[in-house]
Amino acid sequence: MAKKEDSVKLLGFWASPFSRRVEMALKLKGVPYEYLEEELPKKTPLLLELNPVHKKVPVLVHNDKILSESHVILEYIDQTWSNNPILPQDPYEKAMARFWAKFVDEQILPAGFMSLVKAEKGIEVAIEETRELIMFLEKEVTGKDFFGGKTLGFLDIVAGSMISFCLARAWECMGIDMISEEKFPGLNRWIEKLNEVEIVRECIPPKEKHIERMNKIIERTMSS
Amino acid sequence: MANKEKDVKLLGFWASPFSRRVEMALKLKGVSYEYLEQDIVDKSALLLELNPVFKKVPVLVHNGKILAESHLILEYIDQTWKSNPILPQDPYEKAMARFWAKFVDEQVGPVCFKSVVKAEKGIEIAIEEAQELITFLEKELTGKDFFGGKTIGFLDLVAGSMIPFCLARSWEGMEIDMIPEEKFPELNRWIRNLNDIEVVSECIPHREKQIEHMMKVVERIKLA
Repeated sequence: MAKKEDSVKLLGFWASPFSRRVEMALKLKGVPYEYLEEELPKKTPLLLELNPVHKKVPVLVHNDKILSESHVILEYIDQTWSNNPILPQDPYEKAMARFWAKFVDEQILPAGFMSLVKAEKGIEVAIEETRELIMFLEKEVTGKDFFGGKTLGFLDIVAGSMISFCLARAWECMGIDMISEEKFPGLNRWIEKLNEVEIVRECIPPKEKHIERMNKIIERTMSS
Repeated sequence: MANKEKDVKLLGFWASPFSRRVEMALKLKGVSYEYLEQDIVDKSALLLELNPVFKKVPVLVHNGKILAESHLILEYIDQTWKSNPILPQDPYEKAMARFWAKFVDEQVGPVCFKSVVKAEKGIEIAIEEAQELITFLEKELTGKDFFGGKTIGFLDLVAGSMIPFCLARSWEGMEIDMIPEEKFPELNRWIRNLNDIEVVSECIPHREKQIEHMMKVVERIKLA
């Protein structure tokens, strides 16, 4: 159980959805933390020391415990600070939240970014394939304010950091209307709802800076 | 909470470590289940219906609830059947078990198999890179019978299905001595300890058959 004299540090990167989602969770639970910005791609000795396996952000340090991998960190935060729970209690609903979160990071992200930029089978096919994946999420959110129900949950935090701000801005850069209102009414409503939540708004990377960075990544990817 | 499990089915594949680890967990907890062997090349209508997102084994069906992705299934099993717990109670130790399990499947698996088969920078470098990753696990085991301590836990099931039977047999087929006793005394001891556990030994695929299967996979990778 967490105490008042806890020390919480987060090594993060302003544009990383993985890092931003951890900030959302900490803010949601009212956990004060010290934020240490990594100036990627340069990696500090601290990052390399705390995360020798993956050498990536985010890294959470809670007292003397070091954690990396955003989903693992989110689960730890949820178990350590029990107010405003992120994961459901029911084992099956918990499994489903985790399943879709994995799907967002492991399927939607590569299809919705790398595959689009490379468009090996042509841009139309790449867009269609991405939309097919996103449709799974549309079905999950239909009839709900959030994936978590009436309040934000694990999947909202994962998908919210990944899709609404990170991927959506990439699609904007590429001039792609990926999740149109007619095809994805549920998701569009969800994004509006997300934007009304203060702690989410506090964790959105600044737009122009983010788009500028996305453009650079897209160029680099295209020329590699 | 589970009363008598009315209906537990597992769709699996005999050579899949992901499928075998779920069997180990069910046996560990004394859960009776109906096993449905799948053809992973010519996929059944049932598999495609139950796992439309990934179209893969394992899939667990418990009283009409459908679960896919082996780690999620293991966590669900652990929360639903309380005997012989797989995950630790402590949030940090739980996080660490999850972290290393992710590492096994996402890093060790690909680097110690596919990358070795392709050996793009030469076989010696491929082996060295594989061993560097395995060394992380060697350190985690130091002074313990199992990753889970005195009894097998989550990471033992994940690493135990992946490394000693699946990967080790691939290495045997490729005539690579990947984890020699002198370099990896802890892992070798762990493998011997694992072999003494009945639920593990019941779930080991037949040796020659598995080597033959892995060599076919090797050929497919080389041709791709």
